[in-house]
Amino acid sequence: MKTNSKHVVVAGGGVAGMEAAGALAELGHTVSLVEKEQNPGGHLLQWHALFPDHRPANEVKYYLNKRIENENITIFTGIGVEKIRHHGNEVTVTLTDGTAINADAAIIATGFDLFDARRKEEYGYGIYDNVITSAELEDMFTAGKVTTADGRAPARVGLIHCVGSRDEKVNNNHCSKVCCVTAVKQAIEIRKQLPESEVFCFYMDMRMYGPYYEELYRESQEVYNVNFIRGKVSEASVNINNRLVIKVEDTLAGRPLKMELDLMVLMVGMEMSQSGTRLAEASGLKRGINRFFETGDHHFGNNLSDLRGVFYAGTCTAPMNITDTISHARAAVAETVRYLNGR
Amino acid sequence: MSETLEKKFGFTINPSRLINYDTSDRKVREYVTLREPSFRLCFACGGCTAACTAGQHTSFNLRRMNNLIRRGEIAPLLEEVTRCMLCGKCLLVCPRGVNTRNVVAVAAEAIRKLERNEL
Repeated sequence: MKTNSKHVVVAGGGVAGMEAAGALAELGHTVSLVEKEQNPGGHLLQWHALFPDHRPANEVKYYLNKRIENENITIFTGIGVEKIRHHGNEVTVTLTDGTAINADAAIIATGFDLFDARRKEEYGYGIYDNVITSAELEDMFTAGKVTTADGRAPARVGLIHCVGSRDEKVNNNHCSKVCCVTAVKQAIEIRKQLPESEVFCFYMDMRMYGPYYEELYRESQEVYNVNFIRGKVSEASVNINNRLVIKVEDTLAGRPLKMELDLMVLMVGMEMSQSGTRLAEASGLKRGINRFFETGDHHFGNNLSDLRGVFYAGTCTAPMNITDTISHARAAVAETVRYLNGR
Repeated sequence: MSETLEKKFGFTINPSRLINYDTSDRKVREYVTLREPSFRLCFACGGCTAACTAGQHTSFNLRRMNNLIRRGEIAPLLEEVTRCMLCGKCLLVCPRGVNTRNVVAVAAEAIRKLERNEL
């Protein structure tokens, strides 16, 4: 260990935690990376391909795994972080197995949980076999086969945007940002895999906020003939032929619309993670009205927590895509190093 | 029928406004998309309709027409499609580069064929 080398605990081994750990280790600091699951990688582990270029998720997984291959990093898996305390020039991080790690600083990267689609009961997730989530559709892409529950190729697929986002009924007024472009990406992948299928996206607004997202949206219409209907689906049911029937207003026509589907995909949004919530409560960390961690300043202190020596990285502060998560993690490392040097 | 009902019984029945995608007829849509593929690109901004002279004096609305063709709701368009003067101002506005004038021309052709049972 170099004399100016410090010890930083990174709580959470998803995209943000892995990038932060890798960047700190590269600068010569000692890192304890704590991940509650058996393997680091977070939600990325479940994803098959990424927007906006359909890049295999494995490439980013490979990059991140290389990133944490560093002798300065000790990885703890299968253990969560319960509490972080700041005292003097140190922080103490208590793990769920009772271990206490003393360190110079900590980065919280506890990420998000996917919205539990059962809470939108009117969409019938967990009730009807052919209602699945966007994450489960990725599993189908990984398996190489998009099918209905009884193994048929779906003739018509509907992707329902904003499930658990922008919806006061489930206490989430925030936008999860990435679901729109995920829907467009997945719609294209369905059309590539099943050229005979009809694919519909039901949206409230198309929020194509990132580079090449709008281009992907255009391509989905121009090349893949994906259909877009503006309106929030109010409910799904099953008819006598065991086909799903959805009700929606085509708000551009100003008329109600009814449609049968073979497969309905719910674009589940992001929520503050349960593990992050417990950590916030135990450590006395402030959370915003969206329940994510509240950062010190929305513009220029977006990695700062209300504890000295404790910083935030990634989607524990707000929904974000992988690009922004990696940038946010690097910024968290810059803030951490500035703090360590200035103490 | 509803007039007779009103006369005889003092009530009427409103026709359903529901678009039933499983029973609507999307032949016009297929006809237009095949001959003018840029039709797919419309994202319903309404720029064409804002620029449209015909639309300022009649119920002609290209944005709505595109949408109804996509949903297979042709009946409301039978008259409407004749109101376009094919001036092409909409072409200059469209941010997605849809050949809007040709969409109207081809849609009118398709609707005429549909009326003659030729589609």
